[in-house]
Amino acid sequence: MLEATPKEIKTRKALRVNPCKTCEPVGALYAALGVHRCMPHSHGSQGCCSYHRTFLSRHFKEPAIATTSSFTEGASVFGGGSNLKTAVKNIFDIYNPDIIAVHTTCLSETIGDDLNSYIESIDIPEGKVVVHANTPSYAGSHIVGFGNMMSGFIKYLAEKSQAKTDQIAIFPGFVNPGDMRELKRLAKQMQVHYIMFPDTSGVLDAPNKGHYEMYPQGGTTVAEIRGLGAVKRVLALGEVTCTPPAMVLQAKCGVNFTALPLPIGIEATDQYLMELSRLVNTEVSDSLTEERGQLVDVILDAQQNFAKKTVAIYGDPDIVLGLTAFVLEMGMIPKYILTGTKSDLFSKRGEALFAKFGVSGCQALNNEDLFTLHQLIKNDGVDLMIGTTHGKYIARAEDIPLVRAGFPVLDRYVHSYMPLVGYRGAMRLLEMICNALLDRRDRDAADEDFELVM
Amino acid sequence: MNEREKVLDQYSGRVFKNRKDHIIELDEAGVPQVIAANSRSIPGLMVNRGCCYAGCKGVVLGPIADAVVLTHGPIGCGFYSWGTRRNKAKPEGEGAKNYLQYCFSTDMQEPDIVFGGEKKLRQAIVEIMEIFQPKCIFICSTCPVGLIGDDIQAVARWVKSTYKIACAAFSCEGYKGVSQSAGHHIANNGLMKEIIGSGQAKNSKKFAVNLLGEYNIGGDGWETERLLKQIGYEVVSVFTGDGSFEKMKNAHTANLNLVQCHRSINYIAEMMKAKYGIDWIKVNFIGIDETIRSLRSLAIYFDDAGLKQRTEEVIADELAAIEDQRQYYRSRLTGYTAGVFVGGSRSHHYQNLLLDFGIKTVIAGYEFAHRDDYEGREVLPDIKPDADSKNIEQLSPVADEAHYHLTLSKERFAELQNEIDLETYHGMFREMADGTVTVDDFNHYETEKLIELFQPDIFYSGIKDKYMIQKSGTPSRQLHSYDYSGPYACFTGAINFARDTYMSISAPAWKYLTPPWLVSSTLEGSIGGTENA
Ligand code: SF4
Ligand code: SF4
Repeated sequence: MLEATPKEIKTRKALRVNPCKTCEPVGALYAALGVHRCMPHSHGSQGCCSYHRTFLSRHFKEPAIATTSSFTEGASVFGGGSNLKTAVKNIFDIYNPDIIAVHTTCLSETIGDDLNSYIESIDIPEGKVVVHANTPSYAGSHIVGFGNMMSGFIKYLAEKSQAKTDQIAIFPGFVNPGDMRELKRLAKQMQVHYIMFPDTSGVLDAPNKGHYEMYPQGGTTVAEIRGLGAVKRVLALGEVTCTPPAMVLQAKCGVNFTALPLPIGIEATDQYLMELSRLVNTEVSDSLTEERGQLVDVILDAQQNFAKKTVAIYGDPDIVLGLTAFVLEMGMIPKYILTGTKSDLFSKRGEALFAKFGVSGCQALNNEDLFTLHQLIKNDGVDLMIGTTHGKYIARAEDIPLVRAGFPVLDRYVHSYMPLVGYRGAMRLLEMICNALLDRRDRDAADEDFELVM
Repeated sequence: MNEREKVLDQYSGRVFKNRKDHIIELDEAGVPQVIAANSRSIPGLMVNRGCCYAGCKGVVLGPIADAVVLTHGPIGCGFYSWGTRRNKAKPEGEGAKNYLQYCFSTDMQEPDIVFGGEKKLRQAIVEIMEIFQPKCIFICSTCPVGLIGDDIQAVARWVKSTYKIACAAFSCEGYKGVSQSAGHHIANNGLMKEIIGSGQAKNSKKFAVNLLGEYNIGGDGWETERLLKQIGYEVVSVFTGDGSFEKMKNAHTANLNLVQCHRSINYIAEMMKAKYGIDWIKVNFIGIDETIRSLRSLAIYFDDAGLKQRTEEVIADELAAIEDQRQYYRSRLTGYTAGVFVGGSRSHHYQNLLLDFGIKTVIAGYEFAHRDDYEGREVLPDIKPDADSKNIEQLSPVADEAHYHLTLSKERFAELQNEIDLETYHGMFREMADGTVTVDDFNHYETEKLIELFQPDIFYSGIKDKYMIQKSGTPSRQLHSYDYSGPYACFTGAINFARDTYMSISAPAWKYLTPPWLVSSTLEGSIGGTENA
């Protein structure tokens, strides 16, 4: 496995090997699926769209709808205006969404298609909406694309309002429907009136009822997105992902935001609840206090199994930072944390976490790939890996247990229904981490050392 | 209204005008039907097609394990085609490297798009040579590269002269052609120009064959090779499952090309005929009867008593080994109906396999086939190239005197053409019964509609529609990835396929789609609401 990877690290200036990121539009597509009755539309040739839909379906094991402008060579030379016009008409005719969310691809960006003027010149049926976002992959990863699509919705739809409602907007970031459900459960427990944007729960975890619904029940409605301009405050969960769209909303509608880390682990969840508590002036409920106490209890009970174990965490910036904070709370050492997305903020926040918990010899790397991670591990190994499916090659090559978390997880089921966020999410993580390490101990134990009770 | 008209009914003017020629209902057996294919998809229709790059890099070049395939472009295209197609490979020999676990990309950034990416591409290759020292590099370009005009062909020449390794550049930008199909052709051209025939081996063995259009999904190629070797064939090279550029270099030494996937590889078969005189034969190792037919055709081609005898022995052995299970699954599956919608060849191949178990195909279609894949190669002279297909280079290699070798005399060749599928392919329509509907470049709406109208017991397709179909209450299996099962080729493969099909149809959970409280009330006394009135 990965035999061609040498131990010796040579600096690379041009070559990307085994990336730990993908392209902007897939993030845009995912964000758009979190809007109710929305058809994501890929403005480019059909290959991108096919790859993006396939990819989301492989992660969620769910249909991921999206249409494409189907550029051919002609459109690539003369621009895709007429392709978009035809597409919009056909989409409303045949698939009847409430809203079409167009994102660009590297192709239409390189040509320089002006989506604003294209969309202005299209006849849009009464009551329907078309919005767009620019998502050139040569300028950012899927995380950036996710934020850009959110900003696109906001720019087109959010309405400035003097009168503020009692609602809070929650930007959950690029997380699974299971996380969004958990974030909403916590907010409900805090008696918060909220708009979650986007919200893929009820869309990418829709039930099987024996008949297919192209637009399932979930998703932020167009009316809610319009209403974002009138909310009391935005909680932008995941600084790297959600700060840019929160700033767009602030600039457009004057809504202030608080950027918080993704609520993974104890402190980040505490922070989320405290912030909600301050905003709506409610006490944290007994049941949440109980959940928190249970989490602390299990960490202490199982401490001996993971304390001081070293771990490599890789994937998307906010999720990796969240996981890093939690493993530190557990007493582990996050020796390498790595994201493919370019983000100095990531490295800065990572370093800050290392300092806060007083761990040394740890590295936080952004704009890096899994080939680098593998070489680092070859030089100085770890006890555990936490991250996306693509790390399984390294895990196998180096015989390291792997806990799957983040995007994408292509080779396991149910994960997208289950949260990483909140105390419950942390408890689930703890169980996965602990089991992975204990299974390894069982596997490696000699007969005479094989324990019944652990 | 017949079923076809019902599907088309919802479409407005221009869409109707386009789609009506892509949807064919077979009604009078024997009357040749014409279908529109390999033409542009309509913007806004949710189609299953991929792009030229996907056909070139993803399908044809991707499985070649001992070559570094470098994607020149932004990160996504390369990332998505990394490890996602189940083209298994196990490079042989000391120090053989398997690059399939790797994704190589130039990860182009804004300045590369603005100022050109050639410099970065060259630098990436310098780094590949420093770190990996491969013996072969394939460069594949994605959409932006064509527009900004990076000369990847010049880079390939530079690689060859500087490093003295094999290198080919494929200008397979996604916007070329109308689907993956253009990419297959471009990949075929590049392999023909740069790899095939560049080896030093001599034509030696009598029963030496290449297996073309077999990508070893789920191990299909290995299963096929196992039988061929058992009978006594030498498999010189496979295009391209578990493929090796080192072996492909000597592909010209074979005596016969076996074509499994007609759509993606017929170009190489034809070009090798022109250049090396190697005949090709259409085979199909999907399905029991088809495997038998294919093996016998080969034996007839080589016309050797020993070979014929071993062929029959192997067939008998294989059949005996699966007989019980074959009977079992046949008894379980007979009478079911299926829809089969895959790329450009499988929809045909799998109909044969389904019939082995008594399953009738009622609806079928291709994503990116050409008319000949439906109607047979007989229509080739009638297909007029359009603007999109004209852009794909058409090579016309001339005979290579040093390596040209005919296996059959002209007379024998002509004689055999009446007996076996020698350099011909009759297409999918011929297999399909009256009343069945075929859809070219099927889309999401049509898929939904066809399922509603035909209610097949199982629908074979790909991942983009699998979950939509399952949510509609119809079992669905992926015929691109086999839902991570397989192999499905040849005899034991057929049993694997039947087992998986039966498993999908008979999953106990299908019975639980409707909760009991939706069919009978749980609230005592409230029925009709009379109690409290
Ligand atoms: S061209 Fe750009 S948008 Fe399309 S798949 Fe490649 S990286 Fe993604
Ligand atoms: S950018 Fe072009 S080459 Fe890449 S996936 Fe999209 S259509 Fe294909």
